[in-house]
Amino acid sequence: MTAVAIPHIEEHHDPEGSRFGMWLFLLTEILLFAGIFLLYAVYRYQFPEDFHYGATTLHTLVGAINTIILLTSSLTMVLSIAKLVRGDRKGAVVMLGATIALGLSFLVVKIFEWGDKIGHGLFPGSEELMEHTAGENMFYGLYFGMTGLHALHVIVGLGVLAVMLYRLARKPRMTVRLPAPGNVALSLASGDGRKLWDGTADADVDGVEVSLTYSKNEEMLDKEVTRLENAGLYWHLVDVIWIFLFPFLYLIT
Amino acid sequence: MSHDAPGGVVSYLDAGKGAGFWPWLKSWIFTVDHKRIGILYLVTIMSFFAIGVLLGITMRLELIAPGKTIIGPDTYNSLFTVHGVIMIFLFIIPGLPAIFGNFFLPIQIGARDVFFPRINLLSWYCYVVGAILAVVSLFAGGGAPDTGWTFYVPYAVRTTTNVTVAVFAAFVLGFSSILTGLNFVTTVHRMRTKGMTWFRMPLNVWSLYATAWIQLLATPIIAVTLILVMLERMFNLGLFDPARGGDPILYQHLFWIYSHPAVYIMILPAMGVVSEIIPTFSHKTIFGYRAIAMSSLAIAFLGYLVWGHHMFTSGMGDTSRWIFSLLTFLVAIPSAIKVFNWVATLYKGSVQMEPALLFVFGFIFLFSIGGLTGMMQSALAVNIHVHDTYFIVGHFHYVMFGGTGFGLIAAVLYWFPKMFGRMIPRKPLYIGFGFMFVGFNLLYFTMLILGWQGMPRRYYDYVPEFTTGHVIATVGSWILVAGLLIVAHTVLKAVIKGEPAPADPWGGTTLEWKIPSPPPHENFVELPVIEAGPYHRPGGKTP
Repeated sequence: MTAVAIPHIEEHHDPEGSRFGMWLFLLTEILLFAGIFLLYAVYRYQFPEDFHYGATTLHTLVGAINTIILLTSSLTMVLSIAKLVRGDRKGAVVMLGATIALGLSFLVVKIFEWGDKIGHGLFPGSEELMEHTAGENMFYGLYFGMTGLHALHVIVGLGVLAVMLYRLARKPRMTVRLPAPGNVALSLASGDGRKLWDGTADADVDGVEVSLTYSKNEEMLDKEVTRLENAGLYWHLVDVIWIFLFPFLYLIT
Repeated sequence: MSHDAPGGVVSYLDAGKGAGFWPWLKSWIFTVDHKRIGILYLVTIMSFFAIGVLLGITMRLELIAPGKTIIGPDTYNSLFTVHGVIMIFLFIIPGLPAIFGNFFLPIQIGARDVFFPRINLLSWYCYVVGAILAVVSLFAGGGAPDTGWTFYVPYAVRTTTNVTVAVFAAFVLGFSSILTGLNFVTTVHRMRTKGMTWFRMPLNVWSLYATAWIQLLATPIIAVTLILVMLERMFNLGLFDPARGGDPILYQHLFWIYSHPAVYIMILPAMGVVSEIIPTFSHKTIFGYRAIAMSSLAIAFLGYLVWGHHMFTSGMGDTSRWIFSLLTFLVAIPSAIKVFNWVATLYKGSVQMEPALLFVFGFIFLFSIGGLTGMMQSALAVNIHVHDTYFIVGHFHYVMFGGTGFGLIAAVLYWFPKMFGRMIPRKPLYIGFGFMFVGFNLLYFTMLILGWQGMPRRYYDYVPEFTTGHVIATVGSWILVAGLLIVAHTVLKAVIKGEPAPADPWGGTTLEWKIPSPPPHENFVELPVIEAGPYHRPGGKTP
């Protein structure tokens, strides 16, 4: 065997740096929404009456329910992190699952809300809306644009949380495949060279697969916490944006 | 390849070799090594540059005579749109940071890689997906987009060409840009080696750091703007549709809030490269280190506040125009600080006229013309006169191509021995530079004159009075491309046939010259400890 192995650079572990990177990313997300909030500000200034009227046509109660759902999901997110920090993996998984369930219910409520508006012919470019004032057109354009962009972020956030859930719930396991050109004798040694186990395999195998299942150590837990915290930061951002959308679209009448 | 590394350390180019084609290919396209990702970018970005050049000279050929010469007006509209989209989003924005930033930023601060190596690879994949989408928009059903690279509404919403795909391509490329910026900022904050204080960082790192902040702070605005254009086209959102109360001027604001700072994403890294090459080949420490470093940040900051100067004619209050005009003049100050410091560095240095330095001189000369014509346009009265004329086209090609383009070639020539472990023969490069410089000025200075005389940009046809100018410009484009071909051929040949390069062929002082050429996979066998400034020469007075 002469294959040259690619040298492996040991992964550095720097939770503060990872969080720093995540905050930078959140900054870009806030700026992304800033663009559309800018449009909102301009059109609200231009059509104050129509925006007041538009807000009264939205269901404040439904919006409030969704706000409570998202706020609760942020709580369960924090609890999940707190439990993982204390090493309670099962509790963390349960709380993360709850967060995902709440996020999904937010989307379900949103779908019904949108469906209701679309059912009444109130959606951008509809014939119904074309007969309304320019300001109402802008209001509904922004309503669908802003909540749509937000919903997209909820979906992405749920994807991130689902990946975290999978990583937390699975058994830590590593599998290596080794080819065997001839008869195989197996031997297992520990990292410091002590022989642990010896054995042989049938003559006709063309390779062996070694699987290790291990429990996670302190440092791995640390990394997991950092990852979960970063996922949590993203989820809180989704929440915070909704906290602004709710009053801007529903409450200011 | 040369192996002058102690103990037979495998270079990053050789790692994973010898196991057959597929493992070799995998070791490249799934690599998380910042140097290999830099090379991946080099190959892809340069390919798109070639395509962009091809589109450009086709347009020039069409314009050699009034009326139809080789292509129809619709094709012409698509050509200048796609030329712009490719050159801006696929070549010049990612260009220097993604290629040389990736390769040299970690090395220059004494790190083994960027902070998020896998995100780094992801950003290359985003680039590739964006590039594929851009190509799809060219050939898919509706026809290539014909809006100009600015995608101005309402036309961008009305046209039936593939604007949605092209806009989505730009969006994905923006994502790539954000991820690179995020990575660089985090890397500079967290991974500087021991003793590498902020003011011991090479100026190239300062430039890339300032650029990375613009990438982070400006790109999200174009992202949401492009999303809105897509929503307008797909779901008829109406936010920019005047018939329903929307305001197209708002689109222009949002577009330029990003796209003006993006101009500094393009030029700042080139200024960083120049700040590296000049001290090396003058054999002197840099003059005004802190002034140059701080002017990078000043440009990044001021660049944020001047977007309105793209819109002086599209309806804006007098006060706003006056303020934007003033702020635009201010940007000249940090840019001039750099130019004066570079010249002061050369003064009384023992200047070694390597091709890389020659291209840097080209940069200073052409960028100065570009910058000064920019100042002319900051003045409101002149701006209205030359708005949407060839003067603008000439101006930004002087800055973007004469500045960043020449800077990028200088970077290739300067760092090639380090990246590939080979030297490039000098003579053809001098000849290539001669062709490029002459061709460039024939092409773009003529454009400045044509614009001053009133030739509007983006026009397919023109009155016979402009014929002479257009013929000169077209001939200039041929000479320019001939020069580019000579340089490209010389460089490509040197990848295989060049003489082996020593670790430090130029007598450079920054960290990349203290490791073997090409660098080993881990960059440093042992991480260096820094005790002096980046351009310190033993025996020199200043740090």
